[in-house]
Amino acid sequence: MNIKTEPMTINIGPQHPSTHGVFRIRVSFDGEDIVEVEPIFGYLHRGTEKLAEERNYVQIVTLTDRLDYTASMTNNQAYCLAVEKLLGVEAPIRAKYLRTLTAELQRIASHLIAVGFFLQELGTFGGTPLMYAFRSRERILDMFEMLCGARITLSYMRPGGVFWDTSSEFWEALDSFLEDFPDELSEMEDLLLNNEILMVRTKNVSPLTAEKAINSSLSGPVLRASGVKMDLRAIDPYDAYNLVEFDVPVGANGDNYDRFWVRMQEVRQSLRIITQCKDQIEPGPYRLELPKVIRAEDGAEAYATVEAPKGELGFYLVSDGSISPYRMKIRSPSLINLSAINQMLVGWKLADMIVTLGSIDINMGEVDR
Amino acid sequence: MPITDLHTDIVAEQLSSKFPEEHFTADSNCVWVPSTIIVNVCSFLKTEKDFRIDYLNSITAVDFIDHFDIVYHLSSIETQNRITLKCHLYGRDDLSIDSVLDIWQGADFQEREIWDLMGIKFNGRPNMKRLLLWEGFEGHPLRKDFL
Repeated sequence: MNIKTEPMTINIGPQHPSTHGVFRIRVSFDGEDIVEVEPIFGYLHRGTEKLAEERNYVQIVTLTDRLDYTASMTNNQAYCLAVEKLLGVEAPIRAKYLRTLTAELQRIASHLIAVGFFLQELGTFGGTPLMYAFRSRERILDMFEMLCGARITLSYMRPGGVFWDTSSEFWEALDSFLEDFPDELSEMEDLLLNNEILMVRTKNVSPLTAEKAINSSLSGPVLRASGVKMDLRAIDPYDAYNLVEFDVPVGANGDNYDRFWVRMQEVRQSLRIITQCKDQIEPGPYRLELPKVIRAEDGAEAYATVEAPKGELGFYLVSDGSISPYRMKIRSPSLINLSAINQMLVGWKLADMIVTLGSIDINMGEVDR
Repeated sequence: MPITDLHTDIVAEQLSSKFPEEHFTADSNCVWVPSTIIVNVCSFLKTEKDFRIDYLNSITAVDFIDHFDIVYHLSSIETQNRITLKCHLYGRDDLSIDSVLDIWQGADFQEREIWDLMGIKFNGRPNMKRLLLWEGFEGHPLRKDFL
């Protein structure tokens, strides 16, 4: 007997714990299988690009904190590099090392959130890995507090360098973090990397080919999981990345497991970079003496990108010679990483959808801006 | 292997020999392309073996009151090259340019965002809707005359 079925449409979000903020996605199902997805954006749109046109170059640093609020350090970095490119100046070497070091700490913190929530969304671990991840992330936030007094919205970097030099308290905390964290990470890896439940739920689920990933402009761990060795820190080094050694881990299948695995490997590489920065850094000026109110040349423009934890974060600045940028465009990795969402979700089940969204690791502050 | 910027005059020269009737100008950091043939230029850059521009980094629109600039930041993961293309669009009402969605799927949300915030339509693509603001919102907020 043939039973006539009709597709059913379900709205997930904007208020849903798995959507990492206020993301809404309209999904049509045939039974449990996804047949159509339509992401709907804009619930956290604050008009950052328009706001920037009314503020001076230093004030905008605080706006960038509020893009991807789990990685404000790298947002600051991308913006400051764009302003420096616009002005044709370079930060002193100590500032470059401090930026590289803090950006890598931020990458660890952001990847810990990504991995922790990804595992939470599998619904099988009862929160243990998330608590492991947050235990380590907390120590990074403590270090940020020692650097600049803030834990989330840091504004630590400024055009020409960093806001303040470090205290001895920070270096002591960093030493003890570098001593403890590898063991904490091993603990997570032992629990997870060969975990059978995790393998069954994520291996070969929502795979994405390299060709598709490149064509959809994906970047960051999502692109590298598909086997594309593209890391801006390696191919277009900024700050002190040309002075340190690290590897770029890539996945093989581009499935949910690989996206998770690449992040776990990147945390190890970040630790390597941090250790090298700590060993190589020397006393010296930590900020350029720029004018209090920065003005760029009329008609000057600059596009600077960094490898943020989520992917390629770019700032495109156009100047008209005034104290504010004439136009500031943010190339948001979280938004563009959703470009392939149709290929990743259609044909898979509802329960996989939540996990796949977790594996892309979006942040709504950055998607909507 | 580090990524390198393609020489804009070499790209402009190659484009001129491919599209002899059109005029290309090489700037220090970009190549100016007539907006009417942007799709042909992009698919040439993507398929031509010297360039293999397979990755669209970003699309931006800038409002200069009497005209708009559309800026394409492109790169090639295969050959590790980078190039920036720019187009002029004159006027303020009913502006449109052809969509590059068929060439790079990554253009989808960015083109919708430009329509939403700058009011420039992209022809020949489905789902040309606002991205961040709701349907029925009046005006395009990133335009200089909005506020």
